[in-house]
Amino acid sequence: MASNHVIITLQDVRREYNLGVECIHALDGVTLELSDNEYVAIMGHSGSGKSTLMNVLGCLDRATSGSYILDGEDTTKMSDAALARVRNERIGFVFQSFELLGQLSACRNVEMPLIYANSGWLSRRKLATEALERVGLKGRMRHKPNQLSGGEKQRVAIARALICKPSILLADEPTGNLDTKTSREIMDLFRQLHNEGQTIIMVTHEADIACHADRIIRMQDGKVISDLPTAEDPASQHLKATHTKEAQA
Amino acid sequence: MIHLKRAFYAILRWILGFFRVLYQSIHLALSQIWANKTRAVLTMLGIIIAVASVTAVIAALSGLKAKILSQVKTFGTNTIFIMPTRPDEGPKQHASWWEIRFEPEQFDDLMEHCPSISKLGRQSSGGRHTVSFRDRSAENVNVNGIEPDCFQIESRTFLLGRPLSLMDEMQTRQVCIIDPRLQNELRLKRDCIGQQILIGHNAFIVVGVIEPRPSSPFGDTGSENYEIFIPFKTNLKLQPYPWIYAIAESRSAEVSEDAVAELRFFFRRTRNLEPGEPDTFRVESLKSALEQFNQIAIVVTMVAGGIVGISLLVGGVGIMNIMLVSVSERTREIGLRKAVGARRSAILTQFLIESVVLCFIGGLIGIGIGYLLTQAIANIPKAELDMAHIPWQAVAISFAFSGTVGIFFGMFPAIKAARLDPIEALRHE
Ligand SMILES: Nc1ncnc2c1ncn2[C@@H]1O[C@H](COP(=O)(O)OP(=O)(O)O)[C@@H](O)[C@H]1O
Ligand SMILES: [Mg+2]
Repeated sequence: MASNHVIITLQDVRREYNLGVECIHALDGVTLELSDNEYVAIMGHSGSGKSTLMNVLGCLDRATSGSYILDGEDTTKMSDAALARVRNERIGFVFQSFELLGQLSACRNVEMPLIYANSGWLSRRKLATEALERVGLKGRMRHKPNQLSGGEKQRVAIARALICKPSILLADEPTGNLDTKTSREIMDLFRQLHNEGQTIIMVTHEADIACHADRIIRMQDGKVISDLPTAEDPASQHLKATHTKEAQA
Repeated sequence: MIHLKRAFYAILRWILGFFRVLYQSIHLALSQIWANKTRAVLTMLGIIIAVASVTAVIAALSGLKAKILSQVKTFGTNTIFIMPTRPDEGPKQHASWWEIRFEPEQFDDLMEHCPSISKLGRQSSGGRHTVSFRDRSAENVNVNGIEPDCFQIESRTFLLGRPLSLMDEMQTRQVCIIDPRLQNELRLKRDCIGQQILIGHNAFIVVGVIEPRPSSPFGDTGSENYEIFIPFKTNLKLQPYPWIYAIAESRSAEVSEDAVAELRFFFRRTRNLEPGEPDTFRVESLKSALEQFNQIAIVVTMVAGGIVGISLLVGGVGIMNIMLVSVSERTREIGLRKAVGARRSAILTQFLIESVVLCFIGGLIGIGIGYLLTQAIANIPKAELDMAHIPWQAVAISFAFSGTVGIFFGMFPAIKAARLDPIEALRHE
């Protein structure tokens, strides 16, 4: 893993919301390095700045100060149009609430990023079909979102995130709206994608979800408070303890 | 060279991409509109009304114009009409028709006093008679006395026989010209020349059959009635005090104004009008009638244009309103599109195209309704609008207007959509 090259470098990144009466430091000096083919979970209490960090990583938001280097390019100096292109080509976003367009079929939802990549109709269809197959939804191409279960919806959203072959897949609480069983299925899918070489960063506040990642970053009040391989993180130890307890019982 | 080639391919790719985005956006816009059909139609109402009315007005005007031009073609632009009228003011304002009628002698020596006139034909009408042949008869037929030049000025064509001649006129012969409908009604022979019919109790010999007159925008010329023509003087014998008017022809279209002036001067004298007293007759050249029509057409077009402008404005505001609603309803969608890589320009284009497509559909429906209106107008009896048609320019103008309204009123909502912050948009409820 160490030989993999670095794709993300955050250097003292701050994100402040100036509300007039007070100034909220949603990110309060985050310094991070992420390598190619990593699988990272970001944990923390509500309001600790996880989503803000994801938005900055996904180039949806700009840091107030600090530098963010993605694939060797400093995104802080990029124009809005250039950032849109980065989002299109290098980043796949998965949201807690799926964000599928209700009037479009699964296939058309998945195709959408390609429209902004200026690709033709035929290649769009082909890539969308492949992406849907990859997430195990081969037979659901023509279904509208309201004809799909929660897990299937999230799979469609993942296929959409993957269609432009992004360098990183960002998922903000991808299992937040799913039951335990479906959550596990989504985690299995993430594991499979990671095994195929996909870099994944996901946000969660559930320890058993975070344990599927290889590395866990913990945040509090906009700061990184711990950054450890999963095996060394308290979450996995806690999980192990409960597992042994269950086994004993 | 290589740089040039690359630039060329880059431009080509850009153009292809542009059309792809256009196609995409149109497709998307259509599916959006289809998803909210009722709302879309209500929104388009203003545009529909505007376009329908502008098409119908233009169609009516161009029909009227075509009609007048076809008249001008049969009469020729140097035709001048002379008829008695009551003046708008002065002591003769309320004169009876009897007082202001022309008398046959008032035309004496006209050709000598009006050098710009090349032909003159007096006509008399007013007598309604029963025309019969053996056991067949037609009631209330308007019998016209005409001088030989009348048909030449009107350039009417004959189906059979000959026009009335100078000899018929001089000798007050009892000859007549009829139209084919009367010929049928009376069951005359196919070749009816030489057959004798009765007008009242007087026997007349048919010498010609004339082609029916196309209906005219200058008033009822009897296109619905039977036409029968006899020599002017013969008619004076049948009815001593007929209603007299005349048509004349100027030597050329250029001198038609002079001819009108000469005729006015002449008639003021023969009708003993005091200086300052208004005319008790009208002398009108077809040319001036055409100019008058053009002026009326301009006024009508301007009024219609104003109405259309207002309804386009109202329609445009409706479009803007619905687009604003659409933008706020689809805030999350906009956020998502931005998150997956849509630039501002892409969002702007999408919403702009949606409003333009909305307006175009409105325009299309408007043209369709305008077409139906035109058909209805063309079928109004006696309105002289049977030649009403929609010229392609009207269609082009309608589309141009709808497109402009779409862009103009769609711009603000589209900019609003394009400026949305992706994170806030995604957080929108
Ligand atoms: N648009 C905003 N305006 C003001 N404060 C915000 C905004 N977005 C987030 N915050 C604040 O920033 C902090 C971090 O939020 P967030 O990153 O959403 O936390 P979480 O870890 O729950 O995802 C919170 O205190 C939140 O109130
Ligand atoms: Mg969050």
